[in-house]
Amino acid sequence: MSYKIPMGPYHPGLEEPYKLDMICEGETVRDAELHIGFNFRNIEHLAETRNYFQVIALMERVCGICSFIHTLTLCQAMEKLANVEAPPRAKYIRVIMAELERLHSHVLWAGIASKLMGFKTMFMTCFALREKVMDVLQAISGNRVNYSMNCIGGVNRDVEDPTALLALIDDLEREMTRTVIPIFTTSSTARSRCAGIGVLTHEKAVSCAVVGPTARASGVNQDLRRDAPYAAYAEMQFEVPVEQAGDVRARLFVRALEIMESCRILRQALNNIPPGEISTGADKFAFVTGTATSRVEAPRGEVMYSVSWKEGSRNPARVHVRTPTFANMPAVRWMVRGARLADTPLIQASIDPCYSCTDR
Amino acid sequence: MCTARRRSPWLFHMNSGSCNGCDIEIVAALSPRYDAEQLGVLLQGSPRHADILCVTGPVTRKAVGAVKTVYDQVPGPKAVIAIGSCPATTNVFIDSRTLEGPLDKHVPVDVYVPGCPPRPDAIIQGVAKAAEILAKRGNNPQNAEPVVTFVGEVQP
Repeated sequence: MSYKIPMGPYHPGLEEPYKLDMICEGETVRDAELHIGFNFRNIEHLAETRNYFQVIALMERVCGICSFIHTLTLCQAMEKLANVEAPPRAKYIRVIMAELERLHSHVLWAGIASKLMGFKTMFMTCFALREKVMDVLQAISGNRVNYSMNCIGGVNRDVEDPTALLALIDDLEREMTRTVIPIFTTSSTARSRCAGIGVLTHEKAVSCAVVGPTARASGVNQDLRRDAPYAAYAEMQFEVPVEQAGDVRARLFVRALEIMESCRILRQALNNIPPGEISTGADKFAFVTGTATSRVEAPRGEVMYSVSWKEGSRNPARVHVRTPTFANMPAVRWMVRGARLADTPLIQASIDPCYSCTDR
Repeated sequence: MCTARRRSPWLFHMNSGSCNGCDIEIVAALSPRYDAEQLGVLLQGSPRHADILCVTGPVTRKAVGAVKTVYDQVPGPKAVIAIGSCPATTNVFIDSRTLEGPLDKHVPVDVYVPGCPPRPDAIIQGVAKAAEILAKRGNNPQNAEPVVTFVGEVQP
């Protein structure tokens, strides 16, 4: 005898409105149905009514966590259509901002995951650590969330003193290696809530075409920063962490190792940032007719923008967004099958879902 | 009771289609750096336990019914805070056909915290103002006439 337990759309365990219907037998989840669309703001249609400056500000507000990534992807696609190239210094600043955003997103995820584990102390520790990343982001861009750093052909603000930020990065890395990573890997609370929970096998990960840390935790070795380098990633040395287990603990490990790799990339980028202009300085652009796509590795996985333009127009003809959560979402169904009901909030949070990106 | 409400307001946070920016800043306001809990602020899981309703987001068509329901579920006297520019004006999403915003078309709003997103300091100031309004409302649960207040330099 199975029954349906609705979770959401406005549920204290969920950060965003969406609805998960769990079909349970006793305590065991047999299947899950996902209902989305509560955040639908019609952004793709609104983008067609905005000109090429306004569309950047609009797309920045697709998501409040990876706002830099969205404008970066959009600007890269528009740069292809307008036939401009960002100067080398701008590309390095883009790498620095993207990695800082990955850091703050992963630490935020660790905080929310520990809250769902019932580990409130760790939640506070992660958020105290995240404020240090926010300090660096604020020192560079002046803002905490919507940075408005990207423009067509470069960035809006310079990193005035890159070497001064190195001390902050060292501090951050020390804190990560000293407190956060040991607690997540050795504490029995974290291990008992994560190990063997929400397993996504390698075969299922490939057939669901999951992306980002969710894929890398299931043994799929993919990362756009290495496989299709954009901005200045071709000049950076870094490893792509891959785990084979496919459970929540593996996803935690992948994100923890990515934080360390991000610190490594940041240190290289801040040390080797080339002098020069930060943007082409042009404020009028001639777009050619056609469609350009751009792919970027966001903290959650691959973001793809497809931008179409008609020559002579100031507005895009079509802006299509494909977000990582859209690809990872269907895999949750396979992860929760056979899991205990009390584990489902943690399992669905382990893909780091972002429904404001997915609904738009 | 009025002192208790001023000194320890309980919040319910409702996301009506926001981009996560304001939601994360609310969580950041509760974190050790900003520490809203020193004002007695507690984030509650159920609107029935809350005194103050914090709404983020431009009120999408699918969320509008839920906003009204949740507002009715908060026991009176109650206060409503519109966090961010989205519930106040619908922000950059203006003209969108799937939005039913701004928020004050549906429920009376007491405190506006402008910003995209507002800083955690501003959110805490907004909560403090809402707690004062709540204390002034006294014990009359019917008293819900909105006292429009703004956080920051903006004056009505």
